[in-house]
Amino acid sequence: MRLEIKDLHVFYGKIEAIKGISVVVNPGEIVTLIGANGAGKTTTLKTISGLRPVASGSITFDGQDISKMPAHDRVALGISQAPEGRGIFPGMSVLENLEIGKYFRKDRKHEMKEDLEKVYHLFPRLKERAFQAGGTLSGGEQQMLAIGRALMARPKVLLLDEPSMGLAPMMIANIFKIITEINTELGTTILLVEQNAQQALQRAHRAYVLETGHVVKEAKASDLLNDPDVRAAYLGTGAGAH
Amino acid sequence: MNFSVLTSQFWSLMLSGISLGLIYVLIALGYTMVYGVLRLINFANSEIFMVGTFAVVFAETGLTGNALDSEPLKGIQLILTLGLAMLIAMAASGFTAVMVEILAYRRLRARGSNRLASLISAIGMSIALSEAASVLTHARPQSNPRLLEKTSLGEIAGANFRVDTVLVLVAAIVMFLLLDRFVNKTRVGIAIRAVSMSEENAKLMGVNLNRVISVTFLVGGIMTGAAAFLFMTVYETTKFNVGFSLGLAAFTAAVLGGIGNLRGAFWGGITLGILETMSAAVLGSQWKAVTVFVVLVLVLLVRPNGLFGEAVQQARA
Repeated sequence: MRLEIKDLHVFYGKIEAIKGISVVVNPGEIVTLIGANGAGKTTTLKTISGLRPVASGSITFDGQDISKMPAHDRVALGISQAPEGRGIFPGMSVLENLEIGKYFRKDRKHEMKEDLEKVYHLFPRLKERAFQAGGTLSGGEQQMLAIGRALMARPKVLLLDEPSMGLAPMMIANIFKIITEINTELGTTILLVEQNAQQALQRAHRAYVLETGHVVKEAKASDLLNDPDVRAAYLGTGAGAH
Repeated sequence: MNFSVLTSQFWSLMLSGISLGLIYVLIALGYTMVYGVLRLINFANSEIFMVGTFAVVFAETGLTGNALDSEPLKGIQLILTLGLAMLIAMAASGFTAVMVEILAYRRLRARGSNRLASLISAIGMSIALSEAASVLTHARPQSNPRLLEKTSLGEIAGANFRVDTVLVLVAAIVMFLLLDRFVNKTRVGIAIRAVSMSEENAKLMGVNLNRVISVTFLVGGIMTGAAAFLFMTVYETTKFNVGFSLGLAAFTAAVLGGIGNLRGAFWGGITLGILETMSAAVLGSQWKAVTVFVVLVLVLLVRPNGLFGEAVQQARA
């Protein structure tokens, strides 16, 4: 279930947001894309999910070219996303939000209970709030719901867009701990987009650094944690930073 | 001006107002369902209603063999005939709605055109459908045979419960409850609500957007078709431009309740039906359309989100 992006170009109108990036996510890995605002991280995830059209280049999943596949078919293939800003359906209950995560699985009835239990096990808070409207949850709970909802689809690859955004430090640590659990316990491959480079690099196996639509660095995450350029630019602790 | 009718015939007017209002409710659901998912006013909905009324004429004349002097239908035969006519009207309107979406909106959407383009396309479909009906019927009014004798079932507080009035009350409320259940409890219904909250996030859940939009038009069309059947059972005549005034009133009802909100359409329709009936009794029936316009303008000026506007997000829960 290897996800491979080759020489991808994506436009917003006439503006080229992604200028030929190549990224590989191997089965079982946590791979992170780090970079500043506007580097193209979110656009990359949206394009993998089929929300943005591919201008040129290719996205292959398990050897199959999915560049032109409609978004809903990609979910069925095993690519789920917890989008930036969480994308909770505010007027639906927590339970309904989770249920719709399995929307495309028509045989879902008997699986539903099992998968709900799995999500509730990871996020006991969601079980307590099952009948509360999604829009009334705190930021951290909404993030749990977004990740839980994506897991309901039994994804092979989970795309996470800025899961730590706007959360308190305690909650950030909690969310990252669970991300690791999802990877180790459920065996789900994860592609993680983060501004919180420190946390992301500590949790990931490999990392790509994006700048204005290009990949400027690709390495083992632990190596990047000690890379002076990366420390200066993204971790705020490099030799050049005061 | 005759205000004394408001007291002397209050319950009678209320009953007529509510039964007219319930017909508005069903048409308003067509507008509101589509608005919910596409943020588009489907101006062709009034013609989807018109198609339904003609379907009733063809179905009922066809089913009864157009024999004016034949014995009136009774019992189970009458119920089956009326039921079949209603189904045919719902199917005709539902089919028309789906075709309108595919022909007039889908390609614009795929191309990423702005909403104004779709709105103009909607008006174009509306004109095309009503003109086509005008040509086909030589702009003559069409009537359906009276299958249901309009006998009175009884009177309460001066309000005369005729068979057709009761049919409207029961059928419209049942249709509304079925729709409410469909949207809130079924898998496709939940997908419709998801799309109405965020198209992009619905896609991330594996929702096939085009299919959900088709279902929405189909269901909205079916409700509008049911309205057409009830309208023809009560008023027994239609014309190529029947959709104009009925559609406008239903659209006003949808806006009054807060467009995009099912329960808003329900209360908006009933409120408008009562207002219209009362004002016609006081001012004379030539003022009916004026009432509708005044209500529309006032709502847009004072409460553009409608009576239930603030609760839209909650009501979708």
